[in-house]
Amino acid sequence: MRNNHADNADTLSPEASDRSPSGFRILWRELVNDKVALFSLILIVVIIVFVFGVSMILDQAEIVTVDLFALYQPPSSEFWLGTDYGGRDIFGQLIIGTRNSLSIAFIVTALTGTIGILVGLISGYYGGTIDNVFMRIVDFFMILPTLMIVIAFVTAVPKYSIVSFSLIMTAFLWMGIARMIRSKALQEKELEYVQASKTLGSTDFKIMFTQVLPNLSSLIIVTMTLNLAANIGLESGLSFLGFGFPESTPSLGTLISYARNPQTLEFRWWIWLPASILVLVLMLSINNVGQALKRATDARQRRG
Amino acid sequence: MWKLMVRRIIIMIPQIVVLSLLVFMLAKAMPGDALTGLIDPSIDPAAIEAMRERLGLNNPWYVQYWDWITRALQGDLGQSFFFKMPVADLIGQRMVNTFWLSLATLILTYLIAIPLGIVSGRYNDTLADRLITGYTYVGFAAPLFITALLMLYIFGFQFGWFPTGGSVSPGSTPGSAEYVIDKIYHLLLPALSMALITTVSTVQYLRCEIIDTKQKDFIITARAKGASEQRVYHRHILRNSLLPIAALFGYEITGLIGGTIFIENIFNYPGMGQLFLESITRRDYSVMTALVLLYGIAAIVGALISDIILSIVDPRIRIK
Repeated sequence: MRNNHADNADTLSPEASDRSPSGFRILWRELVNDKVALFSLILIVVIIVFVFGVSMILDQAEIVTVDLFALYQPPSSEFWLGTDYGGRDIFGQLIIGTRNSLSIAFIVTALTGTIGILVGLISGYYGGTIDNVFMRIVDFFMILPTLMIVIAFVTAVPKYSIVSFSLIMTAFLWMGIARMIRSKALQEKELEYVQASKTLGSTDFKIMFTQVLPNLSSLIIVTMTLNLAANIGLESGLSFLGFGFPESTPSLGTLISYARNPQTLEFRWWIWLPASILVLVLMLSINNVGQALKRATDARQRRG
Repeated sequence: MWKLMVRRIIIMIPQIVVLSLLVFMLAKAMPGDALTGLIDPSIDPAAIEAMRERLGLNNPWYVQYWDWITRALQGDLGQSFFFKMPVADLIGQRMVNTFWLSLATLILTYLIAIPLGIVSGRYNDTLADRLITGYTYVGFAAPLFITALLMLYIFGFQFGWFPTGGSVSPGSTPGSAEYVIDKIYHLLLPALSMALITTVSTVQYLRCEIIDTKQKDFIITARAKGASEQRVYHRHILRNSLLPIAALFGYEITGLIGGTIFIENIFNYPGMGQLFLESITRRDYSVMTALVLLYGIAAIVGALISDIILSIVDPRIRIK
């Protein structure tokens, strides 16, 4: 069956490129045509490559070691961005913190995406009672004050680690994606290709995952991009309040949280300002890319 | 209309029950119970056991849940281990501050959002619209706590225009005019920081609504009949575009809940959000779970208000 598909695609390809471009090509074309989004994308890639590259050279143990002879040093040639209350190098913490924050944002986005897509597809495709039950649950969780409940769970978990942190975040963040995928799957299942496939005897599983899912792919990419930005914000927000990464693991939010000390906020800008700006730049760039992709999925708004 | 409202309120009941179960589970999962912190380690373990029995801590969970929920319904949210006072009184003191902060934020939000949305929608694709759209892009991406920190750093510390913490200057006497003005002065910067972020969705929504309405047939008809530009906007477009904004009002409450936690923390403002964080660091879990329950109910009621306003504004929903 898979071979058949490939054959069809081959015989059709010269024609197909004349007709309508594929979903991914539309997304790409919109990105290239939107100069701000393209610049944002390049910036994100540069930051990611730089952060992950440099953090491989840096020694995390050395950076988080307390040095009492170098407390609150302003930026100098030795400490590029100064030091914190434990004499630890801010620049090194910034690099490792960005790596940690980005990693957790990627993990949570992937996990919430997977759960959201599964629940949304099943709920939308089958409809009826399954849909009703799933959507009541989703509605309920969407109303709840997520931030407070995540904080409460973080305090309640006995052995707190990065794994439990990502799981708690995931547990309360998959609903938005599920609801969106479900509404699209509801529309999609009424279309003729699904009916045709059913008549030919395809299993529900096959229709859902090999036929409906690919048609939702551009939408999924858009949502995941916007969610990635939101998750960076949420992680740094939680770490800022002290309920994110466990102690002594540098993250962007932890660095910003030093600003909760008024002395640091007023006089030691080098500790919290670079991390704040980095979070802003990351979130703004990822959002720019996401918004450009979103325009691409709506033919009326496309620029390119 | 009434039918829909009653049905909508009935949906709320299972939501509140599930919420209370969730909060109860959380309370049970917290390290320590109502006795930890109250007692001296030198007390005889047998006496503690008797105390536990008397307080019902050895009962099965559903009995404990029932006791807890019936007491909560009567306004008894338990005792704070840290302050040795009823949780309800403790929260009551802070609730007033959070109420004013939220109210100020809402007023500022609409004061900023409605003019910006109207300008951006009416004169779309002009320079003003691009600037406003640019602001909404940045505001959408920027996390609240970073915005608030930067506002505090710039306007509180660098320029010194606003107080940098608290809800009132020490030494002012309640009741006097200066006291009220001082309170408002302390509110401005936190409320403005939060409003700058919460305006974004309203501005975007209003802009889209106006641009949509502008092209509708009844507007073309109004213009064809010779109505002035002023009249077209005030009587026809705005009336139709502002209504959906009203419906989003209830959901703003949910947004404010998350926001006040950050804002009160950053501006050291003694409200419920600050109390929530303090109760965690003090391991005062009865206060914490009571707050989660209250905030959860506030969010559920907020969604209810939105749905009711929406059904008044948009008759199509009533039919369903």
